[in-house]
Amino acid sequence: MAENGTSVSIQDLSLSFGAVPVLHTLNLDVAEGEFIVLLGPSGCGKSTLLNCVAGLLDISEGRIFIKGKNVTWEEPKDRGIGMVFQSYALYPQMTVEKNLSFGLRVAGIPKDEIAKRIARAAEILQIEPLLQRKPAALSGGQRQRVAIGRALVRDVDVFLFDEPLSNLDAKLRSELRVEIKLLHRKLQNTMIYVTHDQIEAMTLADRIAVMKGGVIQQLDAPQTIYNRPVNRFVAGFLGSPAMNFIEGQLEGGTPAAFKTGDVSISLDRYAFDGAVNGSGACVLGIRPEHVVFGEAANSMPFATDAAVEIVEPMGSDTLVWTKLGGRNFSFRVEAEKTLRNGDPVRIGFDPARASLFDAQSGNRM
Amino acid sequence: MTAAQITATQPIQNALDQAAAGPYGAKPRHVSAGRIGLYAFLIVAALFFLIPVYIMIVTSLKGMPEIRLGHLFNLPGEPTFQPWLDAWLHACTGRDCNGLSPGFYNSVKITLPSVAISIICASINGYALTFWPYKGANLLFGLLVFGAFVPYQVVIYPLIIGLSSVGLFATLPGIIIVHTIFGMPILTLLFRNFYAALPVELFKAARVDGAGFWRIFFHIMLPMSVPITVVAIILQVTGIWNDFLFGVVFAGRSNWPMTVQLNNIVNTTTGVREYNVNMAATILTAAVPLLIYFISGRWFVRGIAAGAVKG
Amino acid sequence: MQKSWRRRFHLPAVIGTIPMILVAVGVFVIGIGFSVLWSFTSSKLFPTYDFVGLAQYRRLWADSRWLVSVNNIWFFGLMSITCNMVFGYLLAVFMDQRIRQEDLFRSIFLYPFAMSLIVTGLVWQWVLDPNLGLQEALRNLGWSSFSFAPLVDANTAIYALVVAGIWQGSGVTMAILLAGLRGVDEEIWKAAKVDGIPTWRTHLSIVAPMMKGAFATAFVLQCVSVVRVYDLVIAMTGGGPGIATSMPAVYVIQLITVRQNVGQGMAAATMMLLPVLVVLAFSGIVIWRRNRLGGAEA
Repeated sequence: MAENGTSVSIQDLSLSFGAVPVLHTLNLDVAEGEFIVLLGPSGCGKSTLLNCVAGLLDISEGRIFIKGKNVTWEEPKDRGIGMVFQSYALYPQMTVEKNLSFGLRVAGIPKDEIAKRIARAAEILQIEPLLQRKPAALSGGQRQRVAIGRALVRDVDVFLFDEPLSNLDAKLRSELRVEIKLLHRKLQNTMIYVTHDQIEAMTLADRIAVMKGGVIQQLDAPQTIYNRPVNRFVAGFLGSPAMNFIEGQLEGGTPAAFKTGDVSISLDRYAFDGAVNGSGACVLGIRPEHVVFGEAANSMPFATDAAVEIVEPMGSDTLVWTKLGGRNFSFRVEAEKTLRNGDPVRIGFDPARASLFDAQSGNRM
Repeated sequence: MTAAQITATQPIQNALDQAAAGPYGAKPRHVSAGRIGLYAFLIVAALFFLIPVYIMIVTSLKGMPEIRLGHLFNLPGEPTFQPWLDAWLHACTGRDCNGLSPGFYNSVKITLPSVAISIICASINGYALTFWPYKGANLLFGLLVFGAFVPYQVVIYPLIIGLSSVGLFATLPGIIIVHTIFGMPILTLLFRNFYAALPVELFKAARVDGAGFWRIFFHIMLPMSVPITVVAIILQVTGIWNDFLFGVVFAGRSNWPMTVQLNNIVNTTTGVREYNVNMAATILTAAVPLLIYFISGRWFVRGIAAGAVKG
Repeated sequence: MQKSWRRRFHLPAVIGTIPMILVAVGVFVIGIGFSVLWSFTSSKLFPTYDFVGLAQYRRLWADSRWLVSVNNIWFFGLMSITCNMVFGYLLAVFMDQRIRQEDLFRSIFLYPFAMSLIVTGLVWQWVLDPNLGLQEALRNLGWSSFSFAPLVDANTAIYALVVAGIWQGSGVTMAILLAGLRGVDEEIWKAAKVDGIPTWRTHLSIVAPMMKGAFATAFVLQCVSVVRVYDLVIAMTGGGPGIATSMPAVYVIQLITVRQNVGQGMAAATMMLLPVLVVLAFSGIVIWRRNRLGGAEA
């Protein structure tokens, strides 16, 4: 990541549609050349935020800077951005070449310059053979490549992607994901990418901004977000299979302990955010892949006996469901291990890898 | 912990301080010339559509002496409902001076059965064409759609001959048959498109359950057809009520619908032209479809769109 | 073919569609067949089978009234369809600008369509009446030289029909085109905005071509109503002054009722059918070819 300045800076941005607030005092700084993913469930405001950056929606409060220039009141075309849409939004009656060149021609850019830019974009995206075709004669993946090309020929510093892969099938999606990553490496420009797909977010992003209810919940590197989610929402939204949540009580003292049913887990090794203040209801989250079983479990700070209830083979690995403190609890084992329903197992984990959330606020403790 | 706390770092504060004078918040909305032009155009257009009816209404409430003064746009000086009464009860068509009311009842007598019969036929057609197409059914449908485009004049004379040979020419049943015939193409299309858009699994499931043609129609398809039936009713009631050509040719003098009576009252060449009565009569004739239009609102638009999309 | 189970012959389906069979075959095939047949006979008040070849067509095309009617329908059709489409499209575009009171404007633009063409014709006959209508009203307001009485002049009466036609029908064109406009993917607009394409250019170069279907629908609707224009002429001008606003639809009805000349009337009706057949055949070929191409692609 080229850390030589701020590319996009969003300051105190708020947006309301009539009386309905959509975005609340948002702040976000995107570094030059950074790949930021806005991740969240539908209706969280991530696309709205992107449209504000593009200038397609008028904001209610706040400022937007792109490349150090205040663009809050600028037209989209003057903001130095290119945008790729979910539905591709190609002009259906124009050939691919016309699609790429239309905006440039309207802007009055000289013909040879246009030709040069199209040639470059076509080469980068490998769409040279498609230039004379119309969008209707292209596959979904090809269309999305052309849509990216239309942003590319604008020769801009910031690329905005609005769920660009959502209309594609799973296989194409993963192919194009890799292509977008390669494109970013090649071009080194700033990209803001909106998606609801956590895999896209994890694989593409330098930093992920997880959004909910018009507020950025957490903005961090993918690994940090995955391993140290700031609240229960973020913890539950990322990760598949999902994190185990066990409701229980926090018992103060040294060391503090987490109690649920007849199970007590020492939190000796857990790194609290700040000091532990007393006892209270809380939720312990542990990802299925952080649970070990069999002999290895005994070397963990916490280990217990359980019985296998359901086995879900997933090909590369297997998800095993059991009970912990009377609640459903899943863990991941290699596909070769053969466990059957009813088998007794020894499971254990390191509380240092777990996350503890306040039951009331959902925030990390 | 709020988002602001997570991300409000020192650089932002600095940038804020530096750019305190820059644009902030919503783009100021100035009333542009374009916006004014837009509304000006729409309002002028609205006047074009409204003025004729305004003139009709004010004229219908004036007495003849006031009308002769020629102040077309003025509100009536002494509003009177006499022209409306005259239009309804006493206006003359040739020698008969019974007003429009017989025409109104004739129109009701023609419209109600015509709408019912044509919709029943069309819904069965659409259902059969969608789920039970027999050999040649699509050819028949093609002919029917062709009929939607044919100038009426090509078919009118053979229909006159055909209906008189069975004694139905210039009778109430005759005009009802004619409306059913000419409503069938559009309505069949409407119902066919509607049924074709239903999930075919519904039909398959009913077949697996052992239901036959009529049972599926009455127990499954018909209860689901309410929206399209409403559209069809709007389309047909306004269409048949507004018809003039078929009424004048096929209904016979004693069954002339309201539109024919109206035209006879207004365009009669004998006697003094009573413009106020004519205007009142015109408004009365337009009242039924206008009422349907304003009550049905968006359904009406949907009806036009559905009727317009041919194939 | 996966659908073969549906192809079997079901007696109830045939019984249920007997009315359709009667109408499709009896009216639209046999009826039209008789019309064409009678156009080759010397039928007067009642049909006869005394064939006279093309004599009725020769007399038809020698009849000045018919020639005027044909001229009128072309002129009226061209004028009213063009004006209707342009005006309707403008209305649709302006309605699509997030205006206030959209529903009110829509109701106003569309309500004349709910009324009978007889009503429309009478309303405009009244508004354009030289002694009591618009002309007199504006003169009374002080514009004494104002002269606008298209209905009494044989050269201008047809323009009055066009105006009435627009008044009655452009709201529908607006409604259809507005639905087409609203059907265009919103992201297309966004993409064009990011590309810096001016709004009018986006309309002309990108969105209008995407609305081919809506334009075709509105156009077909207009064409059908132009060919069938009868009520409007009868109510507004009665075909006059003289024969200045006669139309084929009026001409045919007059021949078979007042002038009792069925043979020639059927010849005229057949002539009305011809352009419709040509257009239908043409569009049929276009649709068939498109389906074939579409099938090859999919």
